[in-house]
Amino acid sequence: MLLIRCPYCEEERPELEFRNAGEAHIARSTNIAGESDDDFEKFFFIRANPKGVIYERWRHIHGCARFFNAVRDTVTDKFILTYKAGEPKPAKLPGAAK
Amino acid sequence: MAKGAAKTKAVAASASVERRPALAGRTLSAPGVKVEMLPPAERISLRAPQASLAALSNALGVTLPVKPKTSATKDGRTALWLGPDEWLIIDEAGNDPLADCAKVTALHSAVGISHRNVGISVAGPAAAVTVGSGCPQDLSLEAFPVGAASRTILGKSEIVLLRTAADSFRVECWRSFSDYVFTLLSEAASDAAN
Repeated sequence: MLLIRCPYCEEERPELEFRNAGEAHIARSTNIAGESDDDFEKFFFIRANPKGVIYERWRHIHGCARFFNAVRDTVTDKFILTYKAGEPKPAKLPGAAK
Repeated sequence: MAKGAAKTKAVAASASVERRPALAGRTLSAPGVKVEMLPPAERISLRAPQASLAALSNALGVTLPVKPKTSATKDGRTALWLGPDEWLIIDEAGNDPLADCAKVTALHSAVGISHRNVGISVAGPAAAVTVGSGCPQDLSLEAFPVGAASRTILGKSEIVLLRTAADSFRVECWRSFSDYVFTLLSEAASDAAN
């Protein structure tokens, strides 16, 4: 079982307490009604789906119930970093090659 | 008019007839552990921002814990930290925490959930093994000391777990899940001895 660090509970908890909530850092346009169909499609449907490091939203649903962001490697399934919702995308990842 | 008033009174009286909690009185004893339904208690779900905590703690008579996975108990009333702005208050002394919160003018949300939850006690030397059979958290005394409290899962059901003593846990679950939770704990208790 994976252990995921919840930034609100400040400790590692078993993965069964968590739910994935899709890609992180997707900002909704402040003028959503003025978006063109193409831009709206990009915002609403198109996701990066990379092989490697991905920034995701997770929710500690069976714990503190809070949403937070996590950096995960989709190849190894290793959680590189977790941080609170609303915090900026970390510029540097610990242990990253570059 | 008088007749109508009398009738209203009678209806009110019958509405407050004996409460029948889920699985009341059910117990299971296995070597090393006893699982039993706890008597009814008053409970509220409390949501409040940081600025309201002092006023609410004052009104409730128990200091709301702000550290994750902790609880505070005073005079039969326990406040369990569930999230950064969420607490579960359990009152076993028969006082109504909802009425205490109603007096507070500071911003908060208090919802009575006395009948939504039931409490199950798991006590004995094999209590941690019994709960651990369905709960994925580390329940060793170092990681989950006496007084530690957490919302977590037991098998397929969400529970709130409170360690009341080194060898005793209180499992809170929704009443509609209580049959599943009690049965799972009973099976685990029978296995724990082996």
